[in-house]
Amino acid sequence: MLAAILVMAGIAVAIGLALGWSAIRFKVEGNPLAEKIDAILPQTQCGQCGFLGCRPYAEAIAKGEADINLCPPGGEEGVKKLADLLGVEPKPLDETHGAPKPKSVAFIDEQTCIGCTLCIQACPVDAISGAAKQMHTIIAAECTGCELCLPPCPVDCITMVPIAEDLPHWKWKHPVVMLKQVSGDRSA
Amino acid sequence: MSRELFKFKGGVHPPEHKAESNARPVRAAPLPKKLVIPLRQHIGSPAKPLVSVGDRVLKGQMIGEADGTISAAVHASSSGIVTAVDLQPVPHVSGLPDLCISIETDGRDEWMEHGPLDYRALAPADLRIRLRDLGLAGLGGAVFPSAVKLDPGATQHCPTLIINGGECEPWITCDDVLMRSRADEILQGVAIMRHLLGSTEILVGIEDNKPEAVAAMQAAAARMDFAVEIVVVPARYPGGGAKQMIQVLTGREVPSGKLSTDIGIQVFNVGTAYALARAVHHGEPLISRLVTVTGHVLRPQNFEVLIGTPMHVLIALAGERDGTTGVLMGGPMMGMPMPNLDVPVVKATNCILVQSAELFPPLPKALPCIRCTRCADACPAELQPQELFRFAKAGDFGRAQEYHLFDCIECGCCSYVCPSHIPLVDFYRYAKSEIWTREKDKRAADLARERHEFRQFRQEREKKEKAEKLAAKAQAARAQAALDQTQRAELAAAPAAGAAAPSEADAKKALIAAALARAQAKKAGAAPKNTDHLSPGTQREIEEIEARRAKIRELARQPLEPDEKP
Repeated sequence: MLAAILVMAGIAVAIGLALGWSAIRFKVEGNPLAEKIDAILPQTQCGQCGFLGCRPYAEAIAKGEADINLCPPGGEEGVKKLADLLGVEPKPLDETHGAPKPKSVAFIDEQTCIGCTLCIQACPVDAISGAAKQMHTIIAAECTGCELCLPPCPVDCITMVPIAEDLPHWKWKHPVVMLKQVSGDRSA
Repeated sequence: MSRELFKFKGGVHPPEHKAESNARPVRAAPLPKKLVIPLRQHIGSPAKPLVSVGDRVLKGQMIGEADGTISAAVHASSSGIVTAVDLQPVPHVSGLPDLCISIETDGRDEWMEHGPLDYRALAPADLRIRLRDLGLAGLGGAVFPSAVKLDPGATQHCPTLIINGGECEPWITCDDVLMRSRADEILQGVAIMRHLLGSTEILVGIEDNKPEAVAAMQAAAARMDFAVEIVVVPARYPGGGAKQMIQVLTGREVPSGKLSTDIGIQVFNVGTAYALARAVHHGEPLISRLVTVTGHVLRPQNFEVLIGTPMHVLIALAGERDGTTGVLMGGPMMGMPMPNLDVPVVKATNCILVQSAELFPPLPKALPCIRCTRCADACPAELQPQELFRFAKAGDFGRAQEYHLFDCIECGCCSYVCPSHIPLVDFYRYAKSEIWTREKDKRAADLARERHEFRQFRQEREKKEKAEKLAAKAQAARAQAALDQTQRAELAAAPAAGAAAPSEADAKKALIAAALARAQAKKAGAAPKNTDHLSPGTQREIEEIEARRAKIRELARQPLEPDEKP
């Protein structure tokens, strides 16, 4: 009887030590769930969700402090992906945080720009090039279209230009649309 | 002749319709009034324009230079004046315009200076650059820049060179008539390929529905000084696909996601070999090609067409008929509908297929998939088209990729056999372009994340540096204050203390004196440099000014009158 208790207690202590050691040895740095959520978010860093960028929003979702439908640039598809990842029901986008817009790039009217550097300080991805009293310009390839440079501009010289569809950006459409067109032609 | 042939899985055998156009001899299309030459005629980066509006260009002159490695130049197809460098409609299914150079031809068709290249004397790398600058691109359909394909690389070897004369698509006969009429030049091009790739085995695969082409190529091969094997392969669509041709001729399969060069095989179209021979032996850039104009026209035939000729010119030449319902570039299986007929012939244009309601009845409305798997039987890439369709339709692109969507060659066999008339290939194209867009977005998002994180790191660092600087300044100020205090204390104590304090004060004085001397020397060194060789007049003026300055300095040194003080 006593031997059995001692054996059981010994096993318990051994397993406990092993678990304790591995908890220290294999400790996961950071929050892996937040990483996964951050990978889904579009990285516009626009702050429309009410957080200071994509990463803080991802962390808030991971902690359960924020809903999954606050990201307009991610759109319905982003919400669906987040729902899949977190195993919850997808819900419609929260319109109070803005509606999805076509992808755009900021454009600085160089005639009007006074070189105040306020937009440079606002840009979350350093996509504006310029210096004090020098003309500024957008590095279009790096602009995420977050619109954060619009409010600080004192002369309103920045506009958002939607990315036009050209040959390199053209996509095949879902064929169902084409089927409808054919039937329309035939009835006409 | 005793070569063992293999079979590829699947495939179909649609009505060939080749006899319509391959009986008539090749005719040169007349010089059009206006040529529109797109800068993006090949896979890779589009060419960069070299000419501007108003320039006179000669036939064969480079008007767009290759941009990067995977690119090719474009050339003026005839002499004339550049009238525009702008967006023009191009032969693309989207109907979107692209950057083109428009040339108003002057009718003189005046060649620029050109001559043969001695390809054996040139270093292979130089030769490839010359070929890139001569605008060579694969004429079989993919228009991949040929110079890149002619590079065997540092480690790769291409012991087997396959020349593809399959031309399996119905209606198209441009490769057939090319082989019939220009077999010798095709094989001269093959000789250059062999030289660049170091291939030891050369196979020309031709489908058995082109006996005249086979005979012409065999006769030409007998005249060559190296071994070329002309292999007749059974006609079955898509036997002219590069991967299928490799499988039929060698029994080997190109692994998924790899290139044929990974298994030591390179494939070129016969048209590319011909263009290569013209380029090397005559110095002619790729400015014309054979184009089959067939279908619903009066005289279906092949034309030798200058790149940039509008398609409607060719259709008019072949005899336009009433009841045209549309025009395809390419064949009925893989061809693309053209948005309008002003679009020019490009390097990829092998066929202009005019459609009518009788020849190409409109497809009935698509019905639901009944999962009969006829498409899977027909698929030459051994995929599961019905599953791919399901995933593409549902937008489940990840699963589609797991089912090897990117091994699909878009041959159209599945759509051809589908009893429900589902445009299956359109779904695969849709899925592929969605996946490419997503990958592009993902790369953009990764870049944005990286830049945002770096910005935060930089701001943090700047803050820290500023704080450190401030702290250092405060520390220095405190130290100075402390020093002053001790000095004052020392001064007070000096009369009493004696030896140590004066020596320290002397050292300090010496330091100050040295600094003053240094400053004086610097000032002397920085004398104005334009004071040598002055005329006496100028010298006098300078002296006057100096005297005035001295006087002002003297005045400034005098104490102000008390009543002038504010």
